[in-house]
Amino acid sequence: MDAHGPLSEEGLVRLLSHTGERLDHPDFGRFAAELDAAALRHMWHDMTVVRAFDQEATSLQRQGELGLWVQAVGQEAAQIGSGHALRPHDFVFPSYREHAVAHTRGVDLPEILRIFRGLQHGAWDPQAHGFHLYTLVIGAHALHATGYAMAMARDGRVGTGQDSDSAVVCYFGDGATSQGDVNEALTFAAVNDAPIVFFVQNNQFAISESTARQSRVPLAQRGAGFGVPSVRVDGNDVIASYAVTQWALQHARSGAGPVLIEAFTYRMGAHTTSDDPTRYRSHADEAYWAERDPIARLETYLRGIGELSDQDVEAARAESKELGKRTRETVKAWERPAVETMFDHVYAEPHATVAAERAWHSRYERSFADQGAHA
Amino acid sequence: MTTMTMAGAINRGLRAAMERDPKVLLMGEDIGQLGGVFRVTDGLWKDFGGDRVVDTPLAESGIVGTAIGLAMGGYRPVVEIQFDGFIFPAYNQITTQLAKMHYRSQGLITLPVVIRVPFAGGIGAVEHHSESPEALFAHTAGLRVISPATPQDAFDMIQQAIASPDPVLFLEPKARYWDKGEVDESRVAAQLEGEHAASAATSEMSRGRVAREGSDVTLVAYGPTMRLALQAAEVAAADGTSVEVIDLRSISPLDSDTVLRSAKRTGRVVIVHEAPTAFGPGAELSARVTEQAFFHLHAPVLRVGGFHAPYPGAKLEHDYLPSLDRVLDAVDRVMTH
Repeated sequence: MDAHGPLSEEGLVRLLSHTGERLDHPDFGRFAAELDAAALRHMWHDMTVVRAFDQEATSLQRQGELGLWVQAVGQEAAQIGSGHALRPHDFVFPSYREHAVAHTRGVDLPEILRIFRGLQHGAWDPQAHGFHLYTLVIGAHALHATGYAMAMARDGRVGTGQDSDSAVVCYFGDGATSQGDVNEALTFAAVNDAPIVFFVQNNQFAISESTARQSRVPLAQRGAGFGVPSVRVDGNDVIASYAVTQWALQHARSGAGPVLIEAFTYRMGAHTTSDDPTRYRSHADEAYWAERDPIARLETYLRGIGELSDQDVEAARAESKELGKRTRETVKAWERPAVETMFDHVYAEPHATVAAERAWHSRYERSFADQGAHA
Repeated sequence: MTTMTMAGAINRGLRAAMERDPKVLLMGEDIGQLGGVFRVTDGLWKDFGGDRVVDTPLAESGIVGTAIGLAMGGYRPVVEIQFDGFIFPAYNQITTQLAKMHYRSQGLITLPVVIRVPFAGGIGAVEHHSESPEALFAHTAGLRVISPATPQDAFDMIQQAIASPDPVLFLEPKARYWDKGEVDESRVAAQLEGEHAASAATSEMSRGRVAREGSDVTLVAYGPTMRLALQAAEVAAADGTSVEVIDLRSISPLDSDTVLRSAKRTGRVVIVHEAPTAFGPGAELSARVTEQAFFHLHAPVLRVGGFHAPYPGAKLEHDYLPSLDRVLDAVDRVMTH
């Protein structure tokens, strides 16, 4: 592996070693200072519950209840750490793997599965959660996030020093950094001093392609060319992920412009349930990263300082089990939407073509009912 | 009534919309200090400032993508794409995001974004500056596609497009920018101050109109080819053929009712547009007329338009574009069928 390349672990901000020892950092250590044991237990709890949900969703896909599932296993620290740094009036633009962030924004996890059961393309109210819908076109939402941040700045929601100061966090992956839209977003955000944090989860794979196929240099280095301050963080370290996001949010909310965070992590699962990682990565690689499991790391630390008890672990296990049960029941209870709903919300105002086709379809459906009546 | 060019009428319409609603902002390349390469935004930067008449980085996807975000944040962006052929870097944002967000969000997110595009040919330009891509956008559910043919419609329709909650492709026939006409500024102003302004505006900009009455042939056009259609009707009249000219004004939705009413009387329909005829708006209209007025027809529906070839060099463009002769030839063919 290239010691200075996109997969190197060089220059990562780290506040918790992979064996669970607490570390300090001269620049970012202070941004985690407010995390007391209760806050860390909360993060551990969220990571644990979200992983259990993720595994339940994978099972549901295997049982044929979901068309597809996009696993986030391994990326919990990057997502929970950054998610916990957000305020309610900040706004998140996720890609489609940010289930843990969704959880921190108050989205009820089973609701996400409406998308993957094929009921609808969007499954929550973005304004109610400060959490936009998933975007499946890679990187396209980076521009929406930038525009939304520009709107925040126009509304005077930055740089006042008040608690109302806000920022946008936009999540995307290593593959997305090759997209034109992400590069345009960095340009637009920089020249407009938009209050936005670009949060790259470098999970080392764009489906099967290594990050080395996307970049010659660590992705955080991309920021410099746009004039965007950037940082590389150990994305499997929830404390460091929190700290750099806290720093970045403060920077953006102050009106000083965008920030780029590269959270270096590992996609422990497949790209989706349709993917087969054994075709492109080794067991040795997987084993190396299994030792760096973000949840185990925090658990080791908390247990070591006597802040995580067997009862805490048992309670989280019971809650996870209950969530799994509720998820299964919720998913299986969902009924297929009424067919005519496919014509709903194509436009906000009436459109003659949609109206005509809806009317035709309704007559067509009724023709079978009439046949039935005369049969 | 005031005499204006079409470019001037759009400028006046943009100004009125910006005065009416402080959330309206203009975005595009060279639209600020320069006033746009066609000067359509002339003077607006000076009067409204660089925060509302925004010179953007030179990146069309970025312009449309950030406009989507601004619209989500409560603004009403009016985007200028400098030329038709340069819209394609933004094609993904327009078709996969702008068009689908309302549907994806089940109506929770409306994106009142207007994309102004100087389009169509006839001005002796180099490659990518003369194209008619309307079918590509009309084929995408979630977008509205409209094109004015007169200064009055340009003035009214740009304001209606801005008032509409749906995304609108506003296609400006660039060869007609300097044609003059009378404009009544009061009518649309009254409509847009009404209680159901957004609905009324959307509904009205979606309707075609009979531009000239006639009884033998229905000649359908819009935007860039309306002047040609009216000329053809004039010449045909001298030959004793009465041509009814319909200005569609809207391509999505397509006001087929107005066309069908006329087609059922005349039994003959000719459609003329600059866009390639293959899979073009005329193909859709022809299918609808055939499906819904088949037994009224005396002749097949004919189309006159661009060819299935890239827009040629300027020395050949007048052979590529519909001409008076080609339109009259089609009128003759439906009359003698």
